[in-house]
Amino acid sequence: MPNDQLELPSYLHHTDEVKRRLSEIRERPTVMSLSGITRRFESAEGSVTALDTIDFEVRSREFISVIGPSGCGKSTLIRLVAGLDTPTAGEIWIDNQPVTGPGADRGMVFQGYTLFPWLSVKRNVMFGLRMKGISRSAAEKKALEWLDLVGLADFADHYPAQLSGGMKQRVAIARALANEPRILLMDEPFGALDAQTRCSMQSHLLKIWEAVDVTILFITHDLEEAIYLSDRIVVLGAHPGRVMEIIEVPVARARHPDQFLSGHFLATKKRLESLIYDPETHSKRGSERMSPVAA
Amino acid sequence: MSATPSTATPPKSAIVRKRSRAPRFFVVRAPLPKGASSWALALAFAMPLLVWAALSYLPFLWHPLVLIGDPGDTKHPGQYAYLATGQRVEREVFERRNAELAAAGKRLAQGERVNPVFLPPPHAVARAFYTGFTTPPLRPGEYWLHESLLQSCQVIFWGFFWSALIGIPLGISCGTFALCSRLVEPFIDFVRYMPAPVFGALAVAVLGLGDEPKITIIFIGTFFQMVLVVANTTRSVDPALLHAAQTLGASNRQLLMHVVIPAALPALYRDVRILIGWAWTYLVVAELIGEKSGLSSFLYQQQRYMNFDNVYAGIAIIGIIGLCTDQFLAMVGRLLFPWESGNNRLSRALKSFTRLFASQKRMPASVTTVL
Repeated sequence: MPNDQLELPSYLHHTDEVKRRLSEIRERPTVMSLSGITRRFESAEGSVTALDTIDFEVRSREFISVIGPSGCGKSTLIRLVAGLDTPTAGEIWIDNQPVTGPGADRGMVFQGYTLFPWLSVKRNVMFGLRMKGISRSAAEKKALEWLDLVGLADFADHYPAQLSGGMKQRVAIARALANEPRILLMDEPFGALDAQTRCSMQSHLLKIWEAVDVTILFITHDLEEAIYLSDRIVVLGAHPGRVMEIIEVPVARARHPDQFLSGHFLATKKRLESLIYDPETHSKRGSERMSPVAA
Repeated sequence: MSATPSTATPPKSAIVRKRSRAPRFFVVRAPLPKGASSWALALAFAMPLLVWAALSYLPFLWHPLVLIGDPGDTKHPGQYAYLATGQRVEREVFERRNAELAAAGKRLAQGERVNPVFLPPPHAVARAFYTGFTTPPLRPGEYWLHESLLQSCQVIFWGFFWSALIGIPLGISCGTFALCSRLVEPFIDFVRYMPAPVFGALAVAVLGLGDEPKITIIFIGTFFQMVLVVANTTRSVDPALLHAAQTLGASNRQLLMHVVIPAALPALYRDVRILIGWAWTYLVVAELIGEKSGLSSFLYQQQRYMNFDNVYAGIAIIGIIGLCTDQFLAMVGRLLFPWESGNNRLSRALKSFTRLFASQKRMPASVTTVL
């Protein structure tokens, strides 16, 4: 063994603090469950199975990430949960209610911000509340509270076009949370941001998540982002999209960027790399190869 | 030992040439230098005017005809003996006649080089522009120029108004609901290839000689295009916005009213601005069917009298009205859609204006809470 290799703990090894937290999460009620979710796309060239019998459950206030190589059906999965697409087989349950279409109980944050350009920042955040029929003044008051939480109260009267990418995404998060969804779906929300902004947005998201009673389903292809943010990581394999492993992240909370270099963090990252980049040989020496981290 | 301090004076080739500070006008997709933009705008209008003035006032440029001042000895027979005072003849004809006369030793014809009657000089058109409005109509039943103008504007307005009133909602429905699109668009696609003027005779037969058939022609000319253009613009609304609204709990009706329409509105407004130009195109045809009326009948009449200065003045009026309408609509557009152009001064003024009203509206509520 080369002597400059770090001696890493197993990613399966949990400290007592982590063990306690994970078992506490397991006792919480289930917010969302996927059972046998399959999605096939039919085309002239034949049918492509994007997702193949996906099963997992998400507990209340859990932060769960879905990670996988491109083409593994991550985005398809989150669109199914959001109700923007319907599965070929299987069912999605939110609080023991089957998903039949989009609804306010599943807020979503998209990679492309998708703020309404004709509405001011404040009106964007008010949108969901107004759709519910909440009065303008009540919605406005709530919107300002949420904008305060994401640190954009001073920009309430700006138009989205006047904001930077990171600010837009914070508005999008506030807009989704203002609706008080049971679960917040985030589809590679920081994928379009530069590295520094992404980093600060991750910390910001963790702070928001700690302050708010919300469960988060987070799609990403950034391994470190998944480890840094999540309680559990669902690793999908491609062609067809299948759950390869569900990793319970052995990194203690509250999370801090310093932990990026901790043994448990690196061990988890190594495991994810071997699952994603070397799915065939991940039990052999191939797992030690340094793979380029997906940007 | 002749080590000269070569580092102190670098070779000439190494001296970096100072970039020229002169403004550069031909940089790919770069904005024009300050000031040049308004100069270019002024030139855009000045250049054609200068060409026109040069052609009119410089006698050695073009001027292919000769205006006969004195036909010379008209009694001398010849192939070109028909020359008469005030006639415009080709220069070649004039020269041949003079050759004939010179050979016979008769008095030569006199004349000056002029342009054809269809190219009046700028000052004549400028004068016509003014006199057009001050000259009473030739016959008692006819209209003054400003009356014709008003009539034209009314025809355009009503034609376009009905077309937009029906076409825009129909287009939005087609761009939103697959059923509407399937029901309406194939037939409209079929009708829109029929030129609007072919309905002229039919419109007169059905609606009589008044303004109604003319309004109908404008309507037919713009309506079918409008439905298709509006439908396409509505369809091009970013579906991600619809998805976002759906995950925020918007119902089907709310999606249409609160997302599709506001998202498409700025582009729809631009479409309408372009379509108004189409309406003016059809106006010229519409006004010549049935009873001739409006600006087109003025143009038609003046052209028959060979008053080309009036014709140009009339055409220029249409251009000016079109340009002014478009600029006005562009300004209103900036007011209506401030998020498109950034937070400009106009929209801020409007915002404070609406806030004024909003605060007045809110006043009673705050009074009641105090009470």
